[in-house]
Amino acid sequence: MKVALFIPCYVDQFYPQVGIATLQLLEKLGVRADFPRQQTCCGQPMANSGCERDAIPVYHNFVDTFENYDYVVGPAGSCVYHVRKHFDIIEQTPAVQHVRTNTRELFDFILNVLGVTEIPTTFPHRVGLHLSCHGQRGLHQANESEMTPVRDGQLRRLLSGVRGLELTELDRNDECCGFGGTFCVSEAGISARMGQDRVHDHVRNGTEVLTGGDMSCLMHLEGIVRRQKLPIRVLHAAEILNGILL
Amino acid sequence: MSHSQRSDIFLLDAERTTWHDETLWFVRQKRDKAVYATPEFQELRQLASDIKDHTLSRLNFYLQQFEENARRNGVQVHWAADAAEHNAIVLGLLRQHGATRVVKSKSMLTEECHLNPYLTQHGIEVIDTDLGERIIQLREEAPSHVVLPAIHLKKEDVGDTFHLHLGTTKGNNDPQQLTETARQHLREKFLAGQVAISGVNFAVAETGSVVVCTNEGNADLGVNLAKVHIACMGMEKLIPRLSDLSVFTRILTRSATGQPVTTYTSHFTRPGEGKEMHIVIVDNGRTKQLGRPDFRASLKCIRCGACMNTCPVYRRSGGHSYDFTIPGPIGAILSPNIDMRKHASLPFASTLCGSCTDVCPVKIDIHTQLYKWRQVLGQAGEIPASKKWSMRLLSRVLSKPGMYSLGGRVARQGLRLLPHGLTHAGGYNPWAIARELPEPPRQSFREWYAEQAGQ
Repeated sequence: MKVALFIPCYVDQFYPQVGIATLQLLEKLGVRADFPRQQTCCGQPMANSGCERDAIPVYHNFVDTFENYDYVVGPAGSCVYHVRKHFDIIEQTPAVQHVRTNTRELFDFILNVLGVTEIPTTFPHRVGLHLSCHGQRGLHQANESEMTPVRDGQLRRLLSGVRGLELTELDRNDECCGFGGTFCVSEAGISARMGQDRVHDHVRNGTEVLTGGDMSCLMHLEGIVRRQKLPIRVLHAAEILNGILL
Repeated sequence: MSHSQRSDIFLLDAERTTWHDETLWFVRQKRDKAVYATPEFQELRQLASDIKDHTLSRLNFYLQQFEENARRNGVQVHWAADAAEHNAIVLGLLRQHGATRVVKSKSMLTEECHLNPYLTQHGIEVIDTDLGERIIQLREEAPSHVVLPAIHLKKEDVGDTFHLHLGTTKGNNDPQQLTETARQHLREKFLAGQVAISGVNFAVAETGSVVVCTNEGNADLGVNLAKVHIACMGMEKLIPRLSDLSVFTRILTRSATGQPVTTYTSHFTRPGEGKEMHIVIVDNGRTKQLGRPDFRASLKCIRCGACMNTCPVYRRSGGHSYDFTIPGPIGAILSPNIDMRKHASLPFASTLCGSCTDVCPVKIDIHTQLYKWRQVLGQAGEIPASKKWSMRLLSRVLSKPGMYSLGGRVARQGLRLLPHGLTHAGGYNPWAIARELPEPPRQSFREWYAEQAGQ
């Protein structure tokens, strides 16, 4: 099985430790992933801003980079969702179809491709899980409160198996954090307010470490946590499952 | 003003924003409880969606069938291509009967057509009889929600309004006393109403009747007391059969307020003895929307307001921030069809979280349509020039791996070296108004990876 690591542009530039944790976690699970250096971005920033056509060369670069791999695995539900859902405006060649189908979010890959349901590690902290909307509602990685009161999902299951880890229960389990790509600057006021409300739900319910599967939401929430000097650490779930020590 | 600018005004009152968010979230939770308690709810959604899709695919047939059956029932049917025609038809009917006093039950269509100001200009007294509508009418405001038109107001605001217009004691904010005052005030108006105008929730093609759902019974009272009933409906309100109605009555209020059914589901089929009943069927842009394959499904909307209650943006920006008759996510996909330039910012007033799509009882793909409207607006040149050019530049950088690597390194170095006050100046970096930028690491992932590989 030939697996490529897809490290989204902002993770590459600002959160290399998340890329490293992803790579190491996959290695622990017996997967040696390549990092093709030609990769850049999924094109979502342009597309979400109404400039989908400008994203086309970026889409082609993505497909050219990854077409020879069996799976493309990324630690970011939103970017993966973009590839799978919105690469429909370019010609659907076999390569494009192959890449769209086989680009998988990290935890979806671990659970559903590798069939691994438990990762032996310890993390003795109170952890608050932030569900990324694109992972949850887009890729169906978690139950939705619009449909059922049962809180269940891929990441919740993986984290529940970590020794010492206690999941906090939020008042609003799956409300959007307000990042929204370029929304975070074009609607800066609402975006910040949504993020503040999300963070305070975690504070109220005793979260020490805020985590999730999508670094873009976490980048936004971390920005608020640091501005407000709150006693919360923000980590990508790959870092926790890779056995980070605090 | 853009949605973002109007939201910033709303956000200035942080406490009120919290209250508004929590109030609507409470309604969303009531909806959840009702939905969880209905095991077949997802099947009902699918059925409702299929019925609406089918009806829209044969709208010409069902409109004709409806008209024929309504006429057979003794109802007079009128067709209006746009808001102006609709208003003129209504005024013409009022003139024909020498009417100067009209009672009106809730109708988003007449709001859309701006009927009230039009009639007032022509010397007609129009009284909205839905309590929420009456409150905002006294305040000369537009509704901020399709089901809860005065949801932006606290009881203190209503107390002040009633003190000013209905003579209640200053500072009396007791909901029960205020409601009683409104009842007495409206009772007089009901008795004096010569013509009753109502909206339409559903129009049944096979029977030619219209169905109006209210919690206050105000449509019934108005229609039964007046000599003439004018029901105004958008042409998308049709459903084929009476038996289809049960699907919609089961999902409408569960989605809207969490009630199993509205207090009153009133069927109006034929005029009472010695009375007249008119139905005005309005297009006003609906045919145009029907002709847009990507956006056609927006016409399935049954105006339950669930997408507003769930929308994290709407809850924190208020209905008026949309500056369109129908606010919230559904308004953001309906409005550009009416005036693309004026409403260009609305499809961007969303994080595309998708909750609207998941609560929609008729399965409108709202967030996908928001995304698609963005593309239409981008191609029509209706996005800010700064956004357009920065995205073009970004595309250049991101389609060339070498340029991207270099650009990333330069940007990170810049962030490391420049003073915090400069990188976080909110004037040109809106991110930094309420957030810290990520701390730029020495190495990007790709630089680390290359080092590991000994390259």
